[in-house]
Amino acid sequence: MAVIHDMMPAFELFQPASLDDALGLLDRHGADAWVMAGGLDSFDWLKDRIRKPAVVVELGAIDGLRGVKAAGDGIEIGAMTTLTEVVTNPLVREKFGVLFQGAEAAASPQIRNQGTIGGNLSQDARCWYYRAGWSCYRAGGNVCYADTPTAVNREHAIFGADRCVAVNPSDTAPAMIALDAKMVIRSSKGERIVDAQDYFVGPGTDITRLTTLQPGELLTAIRIPGTWAGAEFYTEKVADRKVWDFPLVNIASAMKVNGSTIERARIVVNAVAAQPMRLEAVEQFVAGKPRNEETANAAGELAVRGAVPLAHNAYKIPLMRNLVKRAIRGGDNGWASTS
Amino acid sequence: MGIDFLTRGITPWGQSVFTHISWDLLWVSFFAGVVFLAAHSVYMLLSAHSKRASADVDALEAKLKGLPEKIQRHSLPARMFHWIMAASMLTLLFTSFLPIVGVKFAWVEWHWMAGLVLAASILYHIIHATFFMDFWSIWVGPKDIPELKSEMMRELGGDTSGPKAAKYPLGNRLYHMAIVVTGIGASATGLFMMKKVQTPFFTRDPYILADATWSWMYVAHGAAGVALVGLTMAHIYFAIRPEKLWLTKSMLFGFITRRQYLEHHDPTRWRVPGSEPVGGRPSE
Repeated sequence: MAVIHDMMPAFELFQPASLDDALGLLDRHGADAWVMAGGLDSFDWLKDRIRKPAVVVELGAIDGLRGVKAAGDGIEIGAMTTLTEVVTNPLVREKFGVLFQGAEAAASPQIRNQGTIGGNLSQDARCWYYRAGWSCYRAGGNVCYADTPTAVNREHAIFGADRCVAVNPSDTAPAMIALDAKMVIRSSKGERIVDAQDYFVGPGTDITRLTTLQPGELLTAIRIPGTWAGAEFYTEKVADRKVWDFPLVNIASAMKVNGSTIERARIVVNAVAAQPMRLEAVEQFVAGKPRNEETANAAGELAVRGAVPLAHNAYKIPLMRNLVKRAIRGGDNGWASTS
Repeated sequence: MGIDFLTRGITPWGQSVFTHISWDLLWVSFFAGVVFLAAHSVYMLLSAHSKRASADVDALEAKLKGLPEKIQRHSLPARMFHWIMAASMLTLLFTSFLPIVGVKFAWVEWHWMAGLVLAASILYHIIHATFFMDFWSIWVGPKDIPELKSEMMRELGGDTSGPKAAKYPLGNRLYHMAIVVTGIGASATGLFMMKKVQTPFFTRDPYILADATWSWMYVAHGAAGVALVGLTMAHIYFAIRPEKLWLTKSMLFGFITRRQYLEHHDPTRWRVPGSEPVGGRPSE
């Protein structure tokens, strides 16, 4: 279909100054309202005229949604905090290096200056068939153009395809799950807090969304407990370009190591399924094992068990296997840190 | 504000096509089913039931001495088909419509697996009914007009000498017709739709049919599906109605009693092996 760039459809713009005002607007307009944080995902949709919301609620004027603050032995990050603020925050760098690394891997400095942590976590799928505005499953239709004999699906899913094969493109989501973050969601009806792991949903649960957010709801903050503060972290993102690109596969891990023994670990891979995949079987396997080549190899093999490649993305299987190996090994291949 | 019957989408070639029926129609089918059940329940309070009079049954029983105590109504293979079809049908309805009403779960694999079971059971039933059963006994045609007339007269309280049901009452056969159309419609379209989801059997390929053809395939599948909601509700309702329990039991155990046979059926139209030949219409 013809895509008209740079001409946004008309909408009614609201720029509430308080969270209550924003929630009131979302309650009033329901599914007609489009929530805009940094605008980097939103403007693509709007300028391509694929999404034509009646109302846009822009959150930039709500100061209460910005900033990083200490919360007990952990931290709380406002959803409108920019990725640059996350990257430069001393608390994040000191305690949760895996998040600092994940956020710094996102896009480019200019985009990190404008893009928010809430937006990065809640952004929509980047499948270009979906983004083109065709009636694919994710758009409410009845076909997946990305999984056909002739489709270009190099970037798509190797796990969990349930009609749709789009992947979650977030750079920070794996770190949040590895850190066992809690997502604070508000609506006019109240507040609910969900584990980061449960914030993301696959197509089996809801094929038209990547997160559990429903119309009227807003991600307001992310609380990271101190459980994994100072753990040994590993982050690696493989993309076609060094900067300003979405991951082909990325990984984040947090590991507690005693001598040469892995006590426990949380390992999360993204861009291989519609939701970030926490590798619980691998985590259980490596717990109590020596941190050596043999454990890393076995963990890598275990991680990719059940993967089903599409026509052009079989490379993701060895890529993911090797990233898991490297996360177990740690070291200097990726972006390893101990705080 | 009215109901949108069909939803539309845009293909990569800019064509506007139907994507599926409006799911508002699910509620239409559901409430139509509820209204029918309520109306029928009230009607049954007022209806003069069409069971043969006890004295007539006694007379028939004396006349047809060869009738066994238990008369087989459904063979084991026929009953197995029925219950396998029922289980697959309920699985199909729940897996398709629960997500639409808000109960979210990974439904697709369950749905196509149940669909394959249904399609296989229908194929089996067609072969079984064609070669091993009285094929024409379930169909409806002009030959049934006398039965329709006499059943209507009986429902209105009249004492008619017209024919009673053969093996299957007219209502059963009309219901079977509706299930044939909707069940085969849903199954046949569903089999095509398996080319669009990941299964171990096919490579996904939406291009085997034109977008416009697919759109009608989805509309037909959805329409058959929502129709089956109302039809299934009606079927379960009749299965648990007190005056129909003898039929439900026969689908469980395979037989009806001699009295039930004589109360509800016309021995000249449903001849049971082992009975003595019947000379004329039993009610005469």
